[in-house]
Amino acid sequence: MTRLAAAFAKTNPALVAFVTAGDPTPDATPAILDALVAGGADVIELGMPFTDPMADGPAIQAANIRSLSAGTTTADILSIARGFRERHADVPLVLMGYANPMLRRGPDWFARAIAEAGVDGVICVDVPPEEDDALGPALRNAGVDLIRLATPTTDVARLPAVMAGASGFVYYVSVAGITGLQQAAQASIEEAVQRLKAGTDLPIAVGFGVRTPDQAAAIARVADGVVVGSAIVEIVAEHGIAAAPHVTDYVRSLKDAIETSRIPA
Amino acid sequence: MNAPNSLRQQPDERGHFGDFGGRYVAETLMPLILDLEREYRAAKTDPAFAAQFDDLLEHYVGRPSPLYYAERLTEALRESAEPGMGAEVWFKRDELNHTGAHKINNCVGQILLAMRMGKTRIIAETGAGQHGVATATVCARFGLPCTIFMGATDAARQQPNVFRMKLLGAEVRPVTSGSATLKDAMNEALRDWVANVHDTFYIIGTAAGPHPYPELVRDFQSVIGREAREQMLKRTGRLPDMLVAAIGGGSNAIGLFHPFLDDADVKMLGVEAAGHGLDKLHAASLAGGAPGVLHGNKTYLLQDEDGQIAEAHSISAGLDYPGIGPEHAWLKEIGRVEYTSITDTEALDAFQLLCRTEGIIPALEPAHAIAAVAKRAREMPRDKVILANLCGRGDKDIFTVADALGVAI
Repeated sequence: MTRLAAAFAKTNPALVAFVTAGDPTPDATPAILDALVAGGADVIELGMPFTDPMADGPAIQAANIRSLSAGTTTADILSIARGFRERHADVPLVLMGYANPMLRRGPDWFARAIAEAGVDGVICVDVPPEEDDALGPALRNAGVDLIRLATPTTDVARLPAVMAGASGFVYYVSVAGITGLQQAAQASIEEAVQRLKAGTDLPIAVGFGVRTPDQAAAIARVADGVVVGSAIVEIVAEHGIAAAPHVTDYVRSLKDAIETSRIPA
Repeated sequence: MNAPNSLRQQPDERGHFGDFGGRYVAETLMPLILDLEREYRAAKTDPAFAAQFDDLLEHYVGRPSPLYYAERLTEALRESAEPGMGAEVWFKRDELNHTGAHKINNCVGQILLAMRMGKTRIIAETGAGQHGVATATVCARFGLPCTIFMGATDAARQQPNVFRMKLLGAEVRPVTSGSATLKDAMNEALRDWVANVHDTFYIIGTAAGPHPYPELVRDFQSVIGREAREQMLKRTGRLPDMLVAAIGGGSNAIGLFHPFLDDADVKMLGVEAAGHGLDKLHAASLAGGAPGVLHGNKTYLLQDEDGQIAEAHSISAGLDYPGIGPEHAWLKEIGRVEYTSITDTEALDAFQLLCRTEGIIPALEPAHAIAAVAKRAREMPRDKVILANLCGRGDKDIFTVADALGVAI
């Protein structure tokens, strides 16, 4: 069983926690990743900074700028991943980002490099199924999961195309919009998860706009995982290199809510 | 007219021009992009759509634009050429269009598509403001609300165009993220689009972005090359020996070039902005960039070794973009079109040369093309013909030019 499959096979829904690599500095990231794990994150989603993060809201845009301003390179991100894997043998690590930094040295180079660094999966915002050739085959050859995104605009007819070649889990982007702003209505999330479940056996993690323990718990009642990003990134923005304990406290509050979400009141 | 091995049949059904182009967008946008493609296919074969487009181009835009023999410019270039040298210089006068540039051709086509799709709100990005003005213009003409995203830096240096857009009823939203220029305006437009896909149509201003935009923008702008080809044959009984056009994203150039691509004897020269010089800050993606993925398509980009996008620079805000349309990337790779670059200083010289020899104040974008024409014409025999696209007029640029020449207005 892969690390990702094991994380989603636990009794409780998985907490997927996002931070941007190199925010505020490459040296500060390992402690922040450890803080996510200490707080109970089941899957770590590490953002690869990009100059032009088209799908991100203000919080993650600012994190990208902080990271790049601190000089974060692809080599730094690989080094952060390798270090994380050495410290945490079992916690799955997923890279999330945009196509250009991933493809710059060729998809095969990227897939090999991240596999060697102990990365389990990749979420690429701007490589849809229609452009799978650009990245998918390289990842599959290297044994790295390609985690596909589904959105409110992904209708039933399109679902098989999205699921073809997907592995690890499916990331349901619950609002048509950018990261970190508004949250979708619970009813629409429930309906969407059921729609996706009909088209795949992969676990479904739901994200975009999730901020409070209550929101996380509500999603955990209907999905296999909850993704939280911008809210954590904002804590990093506020506390900088001293963010780790604050991150742990916040992630712990989400984790507690998720663990009790399926206990009947 | 399209032979089996025609160069005019790109892109393929997935929107690829060779290795370039494609649909590199977030999943949220993908269904909409597919809808747009279906709707465009239907519109392309609908005589009513073509009739409405042609009617607006004739009576609203003012087409066909004239084909003009630049006699005094030709003579001036011959004076500094070797005996027997100095090709004839002709211009396609797209600066005479309503709103003063070629941008309006594409905006008319796209707003008709938007209405066909039942969309009720328009967004667009703009650099210098020409595409923003053209978009605001067609939105006023058809009564659709419109929001124009413009880098805050660009908005500050193009105040007259900001005011024009507002007069036309558009909301102008300054973008402060990133470098606060054209690419950031495009990022912000994409962010708006992804949040408003249900009712919003994005009028992209150049022959770039996700498929089918590069194709449809090219098709709408190809009126330039179709007219020019017909006018040249009628006036001179021959085709030009060389076509020249400036390239930012590349819509005026592809519009001129495309109808001639299968005319093997017609050479083509695309002119990028070399800014302060190719070894300094510039905007020449083909000369100084490498293939990559940005804003929905794979193409040549100015970027560093990790794939981070570099800042572009040109004195011409309309050329100040770190990418280029994917069809140009392909035409470079197959060698059908030659690409060169012109610095800010050379463009300023050509700007003044055209003012004084022809009584035409060109925009800084075609001033780059004119600078390249001036170099090439001197190296070609007198019986050769160069046709350049005068894609915009320079009223908008007089403040920038005055500043660059150290003149206080």
